[in-house]
Amino acid sequence: MKPLLAVEGISKFYGRRIGCASVSFDLYPGEVLGIVGESGSGKSTLLNCLAGHLTPDLGQIMFHTRTSGMQDILQMSESERRMLSRTDWAFVHQHARDGLRMSVSAGGNVGERLMAVGERHYGQIREKAIDWLSRVEIASDRVDDRPTAFSGGMQQRLQIARNLVTGPRLVFMDEPTGGLDVSVQARLLDLLRGLVREMGLSAIIVTHDLAVVRLLADRLMVMKDGYVVETGLTDQVLDDPQHAYTQLLVSSVLQV
Amino acid sequence: MIHITNLSKHFILHNQGSTVIPVMNKANLFVAPGECVGLTGASGAGKSTLMRMIYGNYLCQEGSIRIDGTEIVGANPRDIIELRRHKLGYVSQFLRVVPRVPTTSVVADPLLSIGVAPDVANEKAKELLTLLNISERLWSLSPTTFSGGEQQRVNIARGFIHDYPALLLDEPTASLDAKNRAIVLSLIERAKANGTAIIGIFHDEHARDQVCDRTIDVTQFAPKVN
Repeated sequence: MKPLLAVEGISKFYGRRIGCASVSFDLYPGEVLGIVGESGSGKSTLLNCLAGHLTPDLGQIMFHTRTSGMQDILQMSESERRMLSRTDWAFVHQHARDGLRMSVSAGGNVGERLMAVGERHYGQIREKAIDWLSRVEIASDRVDDRPTAFSGGMQQRLQIARNLVTGPRLVFMDEPTGGLDVSVQARLLDLLRGLVREMGLSAIIVTHDLAVVRLLADRLMVMKDGYVVETGLTDQVLDDPQHAYTQLLVSSVLQV
Repeated sequence: MIHITNLSKHFILHNQGSTVIPVMNKANLFVAPGECVGLTGASGAGKSTLMRMIYGNYLCQEGSIRIDGTEIVGANPRDIIELRRHKLGYVSQFLRVVPRVPTTSVVADPLLSIGVAPDVANEKAKELLTLLNISERLWSLSPTTFSGGEQQRVNIARGFIHDYPALLLDEPTASLDAKNRAIVLSLIERAKANGTAIIGIFHDEHARDQVCDRTIDVTQFAPKVN
């Protein structure tokens, strides 16, 4: 099997400060990678570099495209990269507001992404939108409501529907369960896990919640001060952490 | 099926004065297909530690663990995940699940992860739940609110739903009544007859005598403390 994403030596500097430095890893189809670390450890910077929102200062990011094999996304033209982020990629923001169009109906939010990849038949778009809303457990009678009328958890699920409707192969998630209450988190986790399996998605999840990665991620990457300090099988990193920082992180979690 | 040679491990607690805690020294263990080996030794002797090393939760500093030819020590995480999916099962003492997922799905999960059709997997899950006396009205509920004994049986159903060539059992009968214990022991017998190599921890002597072909006292693998 070939990796879907091959990242080599990614570094991003903010002036003299390090955003993230020398990050390398491979992500295979169907694999979920968790990135953990405290605020300011560089995990969001890394995610934004990978997703093309930020341009890294060093390194290369190879993505296995459907049509022409491994391509360096940093060498692509803006339009090619944009097409990729509409089709094969999805980005789930921590705050649903950043990933949704708040003035457009729920159905419109989902349908818009379909139109962006060339769907034109209104009936089909609406049908697909309703189907996806039901998959994320939003009732079909809410399809014409705006996301402003939704709760935080519903907005987050709507954002996921909007992102997954085009059948992406790689999903970037920035604290997807952050700021939601625990009962909603659980539902979202279950939903994400099911979708990852059903659609064979690969995902990169940035979070500071170790319980979330334990349940969702196959592999874990621990970051501190911009550097990756430890990587490995999720269970192993959490049960037998090797690096001083990871040991501190794991032992600091409150037991429920 | 399970080949462990010269296996050693220590923990280093970086945040507690870099204390080094040796926990295992040159452990050796071979388990043939269809054989069940019981681990014995006092609490803290390293029984669960050895299990976790075999399952890949703990890293080993030295030695080798091979499951059906696949080396665990130093293996790529991807290979361990693959091994766990197809060849190596583990029934732990604790049920760790995504909250709100129904019991049937929790049990069917290992089959779904290797691509078995959902209806086939769910059917087999229901069979096992029936066998293990989990009342049908609980099937659509999440096991997180179940009693200790019920959770353990859900965990066992999950561990036995796929015919793994190698299986690790950490006190599978600990909180079960006599009737359910007998059912679990018969599941173990059946797995052995199918050629599964099993390593188990049984505090219950009766259970141990019934299913284990031999026992290994892990105290002999404990590092000498100077």
